[in-house]
Amino acid sequence: MSAVALTVNGKAVTGDVDPRTLLVQYLREHLRLTGTHVGCDTSQCGACVVHVDGKAVKACTVFVWQLEGADVMTIEGLAEANGPLHPMQEAFREHHGLQCGYCTPGMIMTAVDMVNRKGNDLDDPTIRHELEGNLCRCTGYHNIVKAIAAGAKAMGKGQTQPAS
Amino acid sequence: MSATGIGAAVRRKEDQRFVTGKGHYTDDVNRPGQCYAYFLRSPHAHARIKAIDGTAAAKMPGVLAVLTGAALAGDKIGNLICGWMITSKDGTQMKMAPHPALAHGKANHVGDAVAVILAETLAQARDAAEKVDIVYEPLPAVTDPAKAQTDGAPQIHEIASRNTIYQWHLGDQKAAETAFKSAHHVTRLDFVNNRLSPNAIEPRAAIGEYDAGTDGLTLWNTTQNPHVARLVISAFVGIAPENKLRVIAPDVGGGFGSKIFIYPEEVVCLWASRKIGRPVKWVSDRSEAFLTDAHGRDHVTHAEMAFDAEGKATGLRVKTIANLGAYMSTFSSSVPTYLYGTLLSGQYDIPAIYCEVDAVYTNTVPVDAYRGAGRPEATFVVERLMEVGAREMGVDPVDLRKKNFIKTFPHQTPVIMNYDAGDYHASLKKALEISDYSGFAKRKRESARHDKLRGVGISTYIEACGIAPSQAVGSLGCGVGLWESAEVRVNPTGSVEVLTGCHQHGQGHETTFAQVVAERLGIPIENVSIVHGDTDKVQFGMGTYGSRSGAVGISAIVKALDKIEIKAKKVAAHLMEAAEGDIIFQDGKFTVAGTDKSAAWGDVTLNAYIAHKFVGAELEPGLKEGAFYDPVNFTFPAGCHICEVEVDPQTGESEIVAWTAVDDFGTVINPMIVEGQVHGGIAQGVGQALLEGVVYDKDGQLVTGSLMDYCMPRAHNLPTLKVDLTMTKSPSNPLGIKGCGEAGAIAAPVAVINAITDAIGTEDLAMPATAQTVWQALQKANSRRQAA
Repeated sequence: MSAVALTVNGKAVTGDVDPRTLLVQYLREHLRLTGTHVGCDTSQCGACVVHVDGKAVKACTVFVWQLEGADVMTIEGLAEANGPLHPMQEAFREHHGLQCGYCTPGMIMTAVDMVNRKGNDLDDPTIRHELEGNLCRCTGYHNIVKAIAAGAKAMGKGQTQPAS
Repeated sequence: MSATGIGAAVRRKEDQRFVTGKGHYTDDVNRPGQCYAYFLRSPHAHARIKAIDGTAAAKMPGVLAVLTGAALAGDKIGNLICGWMITSKDGTQMKMAPHPALAHGKANHVGDAVAVILAETLAQARDAAEKVDIVYEPLPAVTDPAKAQTDGAPQIHEIASRNTIYQWHLGDQKAAETAFKSAHHVTRLDFVNNRLSPNAIEPRAAIGEYDAGTDGLTLWNTTQNPHVARLVISAFVGIAPENKLRVIAPDVGGGFGSKIFIYPEEVVCLWASRKIGRPVKWVSDRSEAFLTDAHGRDHVTHAEMAFDAEGKATGLRVKTIANLGAYMSTFSSSVPTYLYGTLLSGQYDIPAIYCEVDAVYTNTVPVDAYRGAGRPEATFVVERLMEVGAREMGVDPVDLRKKNFIKTFPHQTPVIMNYDAGDYHASLKKALEISDYSGFAKRKRESARHDKLRGVGISTYIEACGIAPSQAVGSLGCGVGLWESAEVRVNPTGSVEVLTGCHQHGQGHETTFAQVVAERLGIPIENVSIVHGDTDKVQFGMGTYGSRSGAVGISAIVKALDKIEIKAKKVAAHLMEAAEGDIIFQDGKFTVAGTDKSAAWGDVTLNAYIAHKFVGAELEPGLKEGAFYDPVNFTFPAGCHICEVEVDPQTGESEIVAWTAVDDFGTVINPMIVEGQVHGGIAQGVGQALLEGVVYDKDGQLVTGSLMDYCMPRAHNLPTLKVDLTMTKSPSNPLGIKGCGEAGAIAAPVAVINAITDAIGTEDLAMPATAQTVWQALQKANSRRQAA
């Protein structure tokens, strides 16, 4: 077993895990943070995207023991508890950027990371290119692209910035 | 129109939980004491199972049991079944081979489950799986439907000689023959409708839990139809009586058909749970999904259309071999027959149609309904013939379609369907305008200036939704009725729960259904909750597929609301001491005609429960009504999709540069959600046309077994979509709804192929039209031209 100590959504967590435990398994099975989803086993779908030290990471590609001392944020930590939605969450809702909701947490975490790296004015080709690593089977991406453009703008208007 | 009523783009009620990570999917369910199931699957496409030795595996850490098909048979667990009986043209019934949940004696496709290991953790179960010793005797395999019936092809099931499940036909063979004899022009095509993997992003999952105290079983399952699952698992598989089995389908992450069917894994989780006395959880990984989720399409077709000198289509003949895979999945038999042959008239007045379909077994994953289910295949046949026919006869494909459109309704086709309403000119006209069809020639010249070949492709499709009138489908072999149920429970405070037999897995029913109820009762939409997906809450229902939830599910709700209004008026009459016939209900208020007396919705609902104003003998307390709605006809959504592509002749790469969709879905409850359904359908159709295709090698190994090998549409594969509507109401249900869930997937593939073939100037093009395929088609056409 491996001892792990890291921060998840602002809270210090420690545990003793089988060394082969992936971050996504640790989040879902040990911490019961089930907003991070598993959609494939080849790191293609992006349903498991979380932020590690402020950067988007597919939580199925990393063992939790590799993240000693890291700061992890999941979809559950994006907005303040009992507060308003994060602007990117709100944009997905407003623009119907989700249907079954399964890819959505990964899409939103990817989108916030996209804004962090590329700024608040994202054009259509940029967004589509940046979504290479996130699959959605429901929406045809049309409204996801709209939502991300709008969410990026909203994030720039001095609204809640992501904690990471 | 109110801000939340019918026609309003209400933001979805369900989104709060999904955007915050609070969705509750099957894999999010964890039961006290649960163990994990890992399935051992056949690595061979076709093999005799000589021996399975699980002794060493059973001794591995954490292992609770190793169970095989022999144990399943020993417990007299029944086979999975196909629920739609198809009769062959010679009068014999389809050949349904046994489908045990764990293969016993013989494995028939790569991925066929042969044993299950139960352990404390999934990792322990996987580790132990490596210790199970299985002796296989590999047998020759067949995967290509065109080869399944040939001399010497491996026989998969004893019951089906030459692997033939049925030889079905529809239409008038003689009339078609006559039409072809007198034809001025005949267009002939041979093509394959490529095999697809559905790939809902949420993998399938199941938890079976046995309660020894009640002798009851509960199944949490990624299903589109929990009641149908319960019925089949009880009545046919025999796991438990219906009243002792509860099926819960919580949030489900996409289905597209693949989660309609009853699969081996849920049967095994239930059976194993009772056997070891603990909850058993199984979650598919993506590789298993490719190996076990029912695939879609896989038709090999020869089709020909006869035209007279004026370009009027006079006859259509279609011969298809449909691959149903290694076993007959739950509704597999109906897809290439009554969901395919019946739609071959398209939007056209074709006097004579004859269709023959042979369904075959192969050593591949079972094939069943996938978004569109039969209708994309039919649309591909009709719209390719119409397009190629126009090109061969040198007429504008738009003019040829117009000439052949059905113009008056109702219209009886020669293939069963009676189209009740539509206006095909209207959707075509609007799509031509929005896409600037008249400016295409100019855009083509512009593309040529930067060395690109531009093409335009049209698809004027039809589908049959609102599935389905029970008597009609019963007469065609369906084992169930396809009505829908609803129960409206009004609380004393006036808030409402609606229980529906439909199930949502992305469609937004919690919003659209609530819109209908809120408008009808004049109450805030927040006061309406939609309850679905639990057989202990909803009495019965047929689930969600075939774009049926609006046309059938909402119609059931409307019928129950009619009864609520009648009962509430009785209560209001007592409350206001007026005659029942004088009560008017409007905008959430009851008034007495000709007086200033009124009662609010909440007053009446409270009085229904406190029952102080009426005697129980004349009026029962409470306000709850149920309804079963059985449709009188299918509904017929139709429309026009126009695709424009640019092909790079150097690389063969096709880019979709514009997409216009104009659909007639009848009454639209929520245009935002309807547009979203169209977008998603188009993406799946574009996927089929350009990117997706399941590939088996000659030994029956699945080559496209992961998302690294099977190309799913990504954001950059799709353009911004222009989506619009026309409307003719369906006369066949109370609100005039037709259905919108599958239109995009039905219309899109042939629009893309019509566009690329227009661009490259050759009709010989297979799906998926990858860069390599298009490039090869171009080279072939060039060498043909040079040789000529």
